Amino acid sequence: MELKTKIKAEDGKQEMVITREFNLPVDLLFKAFSEPELIEQWMGTKVLKFEGKKHGSYQIETKDPKGNVAFKANGVIHEFKPNQKITRTFEMDNTPFGVQLEICVFEPVTDDTCKLNMHVIYESVAQRDEVLKLPFAQGINWAHNRLEEIVSKLK
Amino acid sequence: MNLRRDVFQAIADPTRRAILLLVASQSLTAGAIAANFDTARPTVSKHLQILTECELLNQEQTGREIHYHINAKKMKEVADFIEPFRQMWDDRFNKLEAIMKNYKPNK
Repeated sequence: MELKTKIKAEDGKQEMVITREFNLPVDLLFKAFSEPELIEQWMGTKVLKFEGKKHGSYQIETKDPKGNVAFKANGVIHEFKPNQKITRTFEMDNTPFGVQLEICVFEPVTDDTCKLNMHVIYESVAQRDEVLKLPFAQGINWAHNRLEEIVSKLK
Repeated sequence: MNLRRDVFQAIADPTRRAILLLVASQSLTAGAIAANFDTARPTVSKHLQILTECELLNQEQTGREIHYHINAKKMKEVADFIEPFRQMWDDRFNKLEAIMKNYKPNK
């Protein structure tokens, strides 16, 4: 399987850039980022609140198979330009990861293809690096983030 | 390098990550691992085979049983890398693309 998503996260910087080209017209990509029922499908999370507008806010939540809330996050939307740009914050509840600023730019390439550029800025280099390690703990066993602990002990 | 890519593909799968999580705290037999999943036993065996081939798990024969334990050195090698994070986003974006290709606006 080909990996189309690219991530640039240089050493010692508190930011990263995620880019990806889609075989979709830009309006469909934007729709996937701005309609709660679509966000739920591809992010695999429940959208509790979503106000797709300037000064709007959102809340998402994921439950483990037993129905306990395992992951909760929220943010505010600073800029919402249909088919062009979303600037928002993202913060995971009850975690030490702090707030991140996400600047998502949607760009048409052809009529049927487009490009996403997500510029993510963290509070510190350390926080960015912690977030980068998260996929180990995520989606595995929400009740216990043991693997993350174990991986950190391996250092 | 081929082997390296395989390691990242191995951890891209949620069931395999769950297996790593289980085995991380204690070595377990295939049966004990499979008991934690609703997935069919042969599927779990296949996952164990892939993880073993990628050297993320080691097998140890004790009497008639084979215990699996985590290869800390290999795990660290993978953990230091950005790839799992990229895989996570790539999975999400692949899903997004598939969903939106079938998207029919209901007017």
